[in-house]
Amino acid sequence: MKISKEKFGQAFDALVADYKVIAPVSDGSGIAFTEVKSFSDVKQDYLNSKLPPKAFFFPQHEKLMSYKKEGKDVTVKSELKVENTILFGIRPCDAKGMLLLDKVFKNDQYTDPYYYERREKAVIIGLGCTKIAPTCFCSSFEISPAGSEGSDLFLIDLGDSYEVEVVTEKGKALADRLALAELTADEQALVDKIKSAETPSKIDVSNTTSKLDKMFNSPYWDTLQEKCLGCNVCSFSCPTCHCFDISEEVRKNEGTRVRTWDACMAPLFTLHGSGHNPRDNKKTRWRQRLMHKFNYFVHNNGSMSCVGCGRCIKSCPVNMDIRQVVDGANKAELVVE
Amino acid sequence: MNNIINDIRDKARQLLAEGKVDVVIGYEKGSLPLKATPFFAHSPAEVDSLIWDETCENNLATYVAKTPGKKAIVAKGCDSRALAVLLQENQLVRDDLYIIGVSCTGVIDQRKIVAEVGEILEAGINDGKISVKGMAGDKEYLFAELKDATCQTCRYPNPVLEDVHLGETIAVSQEAPAFADVIALEEQSAGERQDYFKEQMSKCIRCYACRNACPLCYCQECFVDCNSPRWLTGGVNRAENLFFQAGRVLHLAGRCVDCGACTRACPQGVDIRALNRKMTKDVYTMYNHEAGISEDGKPALNEYTTNDPEQFLVKE
Repeated sequence: MKISKEKFGQAFDALVADYKVIAPVSDGSGIAFTEVKSFSDVKQDYLNSKLPPKAFFFPQHEKLMSYKKEGKDVTVKSELKVENTILFGIRPCDAKGMLLLDKVFKNDQYTDPYYYERREKAVIIGLGCTKIAPTCFCSSFEISPAGSEGSDLFLIDLGDSYEVEVVTEKGKALADRLALAELTADEQALVDKIKSAETPSKIDVSNTTSKLDKMFNSPYWDTLQEKCLGCNVCSFSCPTCHCFDISEEVRKNEGTRVRTWDACMAPLFTLHGSGHNPRDNKKTRWRQRLMHKFNYFVHNNGSMSCVGCGRCIKSCPVNMDIRQVVDGANKAELVVE
Repeated sequence: MNNIINDIRDKARQLLAEGKVDVVIGYEKGSLPLKATPFFAHSPAEVDSLIWDETCENNLATYVAKTPGKKAIVAKGCDSRALAVLLQENQLVRDDLYIIGVSCTGVIDQRKIVAEVGEILEAGINDGKISVKGMAGDKEYLFAELKDATCQTCRYPNPVLEDVHLGETIAVSQEAPAFADVIALEEQSAGERQDYFKEQMSKCIRCYACRNACPLCYCQECFVDCNSPRWLTGGVNRAENLFFQAGRVLHLAGRCVDCGACTRACPQGVDIRALNRKMTKDVYTMYNHEAGISEDGKPALNEYTTNDPEQFLVKE
């Protein structure tokens, strides 16, 4: 099915009345996901945003609750605010990233209300990639640059119109508000062509997890970390990184409990109250980073927690390229212990 | 350029083979077009990866104190100035350090290219011309058009401190620094400046790439990581971002060597250098001091001399 961009724009503008609508806009130094009021504000020709859209469900700095003590009375207030939200223009890598975050924040042991209530109230309108950046490598993880996995409603840009795929019930509810038409044979052929594309850059991850099982004490980590500056760019720009820190911001008799993004490269990461840190150097932090994404997450959740968006590659100040890091692990000699 | 690369490799090979150093810190070709990446050569067999060109944008001095053993470093002017400050501040042992000096004509500002031709697919550097194939088009640039803002005002392209110099040296103007960029900002109204920094600070995501790329941000515990007392929350907002950035600049007063590593490291394109440059100008005006221009001497705020202009003091 398809819809002309003009009609889609009108429907989009009508949705703004019922939903908080987040879409890609140009902010002068790149693309950012921001709340928009009109389809005319949306940047339609873009590769991907500088930062992943995870912050709409898992903010960088979030008040969980506030509390106040007056005499002997203590009042505690939840700070959770949830709105019906549409995320428009989410790329397939980021849509897959959200499915991976879901595994962390809602599983058989724990449901995180802050993440999940926002996630439940959000509809993802994915947009297939028709241009592929040199840093993109999503095809390594069985993600298609024009695949609909993780989206509720999925669009492919056909020039003057969008091909529309209804993926979930949530997506269907939105699609009911769109005047859809049938694709012509030529358009179908174009859709098929776009859908069959792969990223030119791919890494081989077929044996990475089992290789890493045997690499905890590998000398590979000794040299791997040398040029890393230990900043948080890779984690903050990653659609699947989800480590956080919880702290109290207290002033006199009142305060808030906040949750803030943490990063495995940060000096405070896993620092114990005693002052001991089991990962007090870049070597152990880098091992944690790679193991978490390509080994622990696989064992715990059944898939790798990298989606090949390439943001960490593009943003790294010293050009640490995760593709080379994985490749290096694949090729590293195993030491007999 | 090829000759100098061979010279660097030969020197690195010799130093490693003779056991004079354990590691040579330099650059190798990166994984992306027009990107070099820091490289640590531990054995003579590895030195053929070393390169030197206009893409070598990182300040390698940031690695020296953290790298154990005896080390050689490929140092351009700004790297050597950072080393000089680190030596002045007793952060390095001079005998453990071998400085391979190279003169630098400046590094490429990739953002200018990406803004015009999109993500870079392929690029080549030939005779001062940079030809780029981008996702949104192809273009040929003269190097001068792409020179990083820092390098455009650089007064120390030649190392101030070195054990060997490879390649030619570059003629340098002896005129006092002009600080035209700082003056332009100073001439704006307070409101205009406030708007500018509001915009800049709202982009910061507090990833600390600037701090970690900086060769002179070496505090064991940065004030932003200190939780007793807690100077800053993890809140990412303009006020706290400015507090961090301004705090960092003040810590660098009289120490910043204006290498621009912080601004180039920033994934968000924050104009961090605008603050640093203002501080550099103030230190120059008030103390007649430029950071790290020799191994001797002390940072401006560690020294009192009666020759300081110090217009803010009461006349004796």
